Amino acid sequence: MKNKVLVIGVFIIGIFSLIAILAPLISPYDPSVIDQNNLLTAPSWQHLLGTDSLGRDVASRLIYGTRISLAVGLIAVGIATILGLILGSIGGFYGGFIDALIMRFVDIMLCFPTFYLILGVVAILGPSIYNIMVIIGLTSWMGPARLIRGEILSLKEREFIQAERVMGASNFRIIAYHLIPNAIGPVIVNATLGIGGAIMLESGLSFLGLGVQPPVSSWGNILIEAKSTLGIAWWITAFPGLAILITILGFNFIAEGLKNKIG
Amino acid sequence: MFLGITLISFLVIKLAPGKPVILQYALNPKISLEEIKRLEKIEGLDKPLHIQYINWLKNSLRFNFGRSFGDGRLVLDKILERAPVTLAINISVLILILLLAIPLGVRCAIKPGSLFDNSATILVFLLFAAPTFWLALLLMQLLCIQLGWLPISGITSLDFGYLNWWEKLWDLTRHLFLPVLVSSLGGLAGVARYMRLSMIEALNQPYIYTARAKGLSEGSVVYKHALRNAILPIVTILGLSIPGLLGGSVIFESIFAIPGIGRLFYEAAMMRDIYLIMAEIVLVSIFTMLGNLIADISYAYVDPRIRYKR
Repeated sequence: MKNKVLVIGVFIIGIFSLIAILAPLISPYDPSVIDQNNLLTAPSWQHLLGTDSLGRDVASRLIYGTRISLAVGLIAVGIATILGLILGSIGGFYGGFIDALIMRFVDIMLCFPTFYLILGVVAILGPSIYNIMVIIGLTSWMGPARLIRGEILSLKEREFIQAERVMGASNFRIIAYHLIPNAIGPVIVNATLGIGGAIMLESGLSFLGLGVQPPVSSWGNILIEAKSTLGIAWWITAFPGLAILITILGFNFIAEGLKNKIG
Repeated sequence: MFLGITLISFLVIKLAPGKPVILQYALNPKISLEEIKRLEKIEGLDKPLHIQYINWLKNSLRFNFGRSFGDGRLVLDKILERAPVTLAINISVLILILLLAIPLGVRCAIKPGSLFDNSATILVFLLFAAPTFWLALLLMQLLCIQLGWLPISGITSLDFGYLNWWEKLWDLTRHLFLPVLVSSLGGLAGVARYMRLSMIEALNQPYIYTARAKGLSEGSVVYKHALRNAILPIVTILGLSIPGLLGGSVIFESIFAIPGIGRLFYEAAMMRDIYLIMAEIVLVSIFTMLGNLIADISYAYVDPRIRYKR
């Protein structure tokens, strides 16, 4: 049982990454080509997962959507983690006024109804993939910041850090080469979970029409049609949701496996 | 705290390019540039940023959030007439989460690794990973369209005005059942998970051995001694989950066509109705802070060791 979870998770994400990389090779149709003769056809050998109301092949749109969803997840979490690392380690290392200021900021952001902020900003800046990556990143760095601060607070009094100080290492060197590498474990677990969260957020935003814009397909914006075709075309609802579910499950499995391995 | 929230929302919204007045009138060819300048002056938009912020904050503290660009009505009126629905739904959601998650977590914790625990863990993992709006769509398909048991959208039927009190209540319940159920499912997973962990920890404490050694019944040990200690972290988790719930309201209210503040915000976002957007962010933050305050107070209520002193 020990690391079965990790293996399953890596397997799932591996497959989805392959799909994303090989998208042009494996997708049976061009995801944005409109086919007037095949509107809303049910899954068949010709269209494995059916077509949508414009006659676009759902399978191909899903395959290309994998690229977008994974990219948004990875980059948003990358931004959040780096920001969290910087702010958290500064706060934890220097303590005092700077720390109080940063932690106060974290508290405020945690209390913020993030989804409203994201929606508001997206509405004003205009929805695009890049805006979404950046905004999700900028509103989810608090978790990593808290984690890294906590770890550093307990690490910085240990002997090996004092030894570094005695040897005359600069603060930057101590933080970057000694504290962060020792504190990174929980942050990585958190980041893996965060990718799932970011993918979920992106799909919610795209579903509302304020995320990734058509003709580019993402799992969320395929679901926009799901509401109007409810009861007519189950395949448009079912498959994108399943893709999101399985991917997030995969990331959560990896996180769980890593957590068992570290702690 | 309040200052921080208002400052962030103000700056974020203001720093975004595109002036609201210009956006609003840009499509109207009859309005000249001088006219736009004049309108900006009326709205105070020609002043430097920090003065705009102070003006806006002063007005906000008097609950004067300005008028909506869309229909010229007072922003506060628009929000207040829609807030009760959203609050009622979210409070029912919180109650439902507690009612379902606590027994589930406790049941799992009594025998960790049992069949029940494992299947519940798998269920929780699945719920955690499933986008809740997708679950909503699936359940709508099943319950509203294929089985026809529940109405598909809105909060009241067309003949609502003619019903008597009981029928009204029943009608509301039927309409709100699915939104409340689905929004609870999202929060349920996390809370049940925490409940299980916290309960397992509580059951391994020395005082539990004492209670067992005293010969108390298993029910008394679990529900009186362990549960009361295990429930503490859950209060905090619930407090922290409020922003997420209110965020979820935006999606659910637009799926189920519920006239609450979530949908209002969505419409405001689509129309770039800046005053409405800012006012709503601030008000939702206030709700969140109130929620956390209530969580803190109930913390002291649940745990007699915690007393707030001056």
